[in-house]
Amino acid sequence: MSIFDHQIKDIHELLHKKELSVTDLVEESYSRIKEVEGKVDSFLQLTEENARQQAKDLDQVLTTEGVKGNLFGLPTGIKDNIVTKGIRTTCASKLLENFEPVHNATVVEKLAAANTVTIGKLNMDEFAMGSSNENSGFKVTRNPWDTNRVPGGSSGGSAASVASGEVLFSLGSDTGGSIREPAAFCGVVGLKPTYGRVSRFGLVAFASSLDQIGPITRTVEDNAFVLQTIAGYDKMDSTSANVEVPDYRVALTGDIKDLKIAVPKEYLGEGVAPEVREKIEQALKTLESLGATWEEVSLPHSKYANAAYYILSSSEASANLARFDGIRYGKRMEDTNLIETYRKTRSQGFGDEVKRRIMLGTFALSSGYYDAYYKKAQQVRTLIKQDFDEVFKKYDVIIGPTAPTTAFKIGEKMNDPLTMYATDILTIPMNLAGVPAISVPAGLADGLPVGLQIIGNYFEESTVYRVAHAFEQATDFHKQKPTL
Amino acid sequence: MARITKEKVKHVANLARLEFSEDEMDMFTKQLDDIITYAEQLNELDTTNVKPTSHVLDVINVVREDEVRPSLDREDTLKNAPDHEDGQIKVPSVLE
Repeated sequence: MSIFDHQIKDIHELLHKKELSVTDLVEESYSRIKEVEGKVDSFLQLTEENARQQAKDLDQVLTTEGVKGNLFGLPTGIKDNIVTKGIRTTCASKLLENFEPVHNATVVEKLAAANTVTIGKLNMDEFAMGSSNENSGFKVTRNPWDTNRVPGGSSGGSAASVASGEVLFSLGSDTGGSIREPAAFCGVVGLKPTYGRVSRFGLVAFASSLDQIGPITRTVEDNAFVLQTIAGYDKMDSTSANVEVPDYRVALTGDIKDLKIAVPKEYLGEGVAPEVREKIEQALKTLESLGATWEEVSLPHSKYANAAYYILSSSEASANLARFDGIRYGKRMEDTNLIETYRKTRSQGFGDEVKRRIMLGTFALSSGYYDAYYKKAQQVRTLIKQDFDEVFKKYDVIIGPTAPTTAFKIGEKMNDPLTMYATDILTIPMNLAGVPAISVPAGLADGLPVGLQIIGNYFEESTVYRVAHAFEQATDFHKQKPTL
Repeated sequence: MARITKEKVKHVANLARLEFSEDEMDMFTKQLDDIITYAEQLNELDTTNVKPTSHVLDVINVVREDEVRPSLDREDTLKNAPDHEDGQIKVPSVLE
């Protein structure tokens, strides 16, 4: 058994009683990494020297002041699109291979203030564009449950590192499912908070109206601990919401009596694998046995979410990624003049998926097509948001699967972008609407994890956690671990 | 209905400051055409009088006091620039 099989509160208890040191925790991380990283490949970079020094310093604090801070001494991994001062941040792109940020993201500052220890930077799909981690410019992370399969994406390294016991928790980012889908595929807990709940300052922008940072953990309670630390208004991010952050732990009562659950028929319909559907139906029975009730509802515009998403996210990406031109940072491929230098830098620096999205977005925003594609997609976004508003008038949460299938094989979907895009069909609507959603383990199908998705109304992370926690306490799925 | 032609892909590539080989051009033409054809399903929906959503929260015009605060220092800012001289970023010739 690993020390990381314990929850944060138990680890803190052991630290408090001096039965464990921060150095022990950090050494556990690096020894596990040494053992399994060759099979999983979660990390793009390890920050061993810093981490060991920090562990020593924190052990000093432990002696003099005790356990200080919400996340004191906990080893964590950070997705490589979240900037870390003086620590290379590449977004898994060759173009940013040597980029060393000169400031920290707000979430990184907050973790530092809570005395966490950063173990390293985690692999991802390049610029967070992908659902399998196969679009990384450097390497493919593998699913700890079956190393021939993908860990999901784009926060694949974030999910795989937690699932394989390399770190206690990690941060990911979610634009169309990039925290929840890998959490589902790797059998861990991943939350996409409400849009605006967590500051995006220092998150390299993909699609600014959709991006959100969130925690990946082994348990719901730990997830709530991490969100507590990173949530809140930030004057450096004008899209962060000035809404009070409640005490999420208060919500973890295990009591969901009289909870009203909506189950959209669109989330269990065509395209959802039978073994996934079965686990969700079982989960609903579990929730019923705890006193909740559920009814089938309809989110009639669900089937249009993917098309609207790929137009909108790619349009925003084409604008956001215009900054990568080899002038102020990143690699420059110098040519005879400025325009040719831009062209060469971008063509050699970006991978195919990033180019595809930039092309799609540039097309959708180009003169003569803007109304037909971009504006149309924004209008459909309104209809999708209204679907959610309607359902939340009557129900506390919406429940369905996180992904239509379990983890697929590496290489299986790489030749057909549309097939790959379809894997996000159950996670994209929440980004378009901006509502919070969590994926929690719902059992294994043929040895591969299935994720249960619980969706809440705006800023109702407490409700989402309450339901997720009650489900977790009534099941043993979160205790299942991959053998590596 | 093949609405994405190779000519159009060339035009968009120029706007996006990307260049492609002939093979890549063929691949992107086909894939973008597939994606755009897929996106055409949005036209099944009547969106007359539906307001577009660009942002999900009711936040408009976030303002703050115009206070002077320290910026990043010049040395730090130039640290990641591929080429610089005399405290300024150096770029290839802009004019022919």
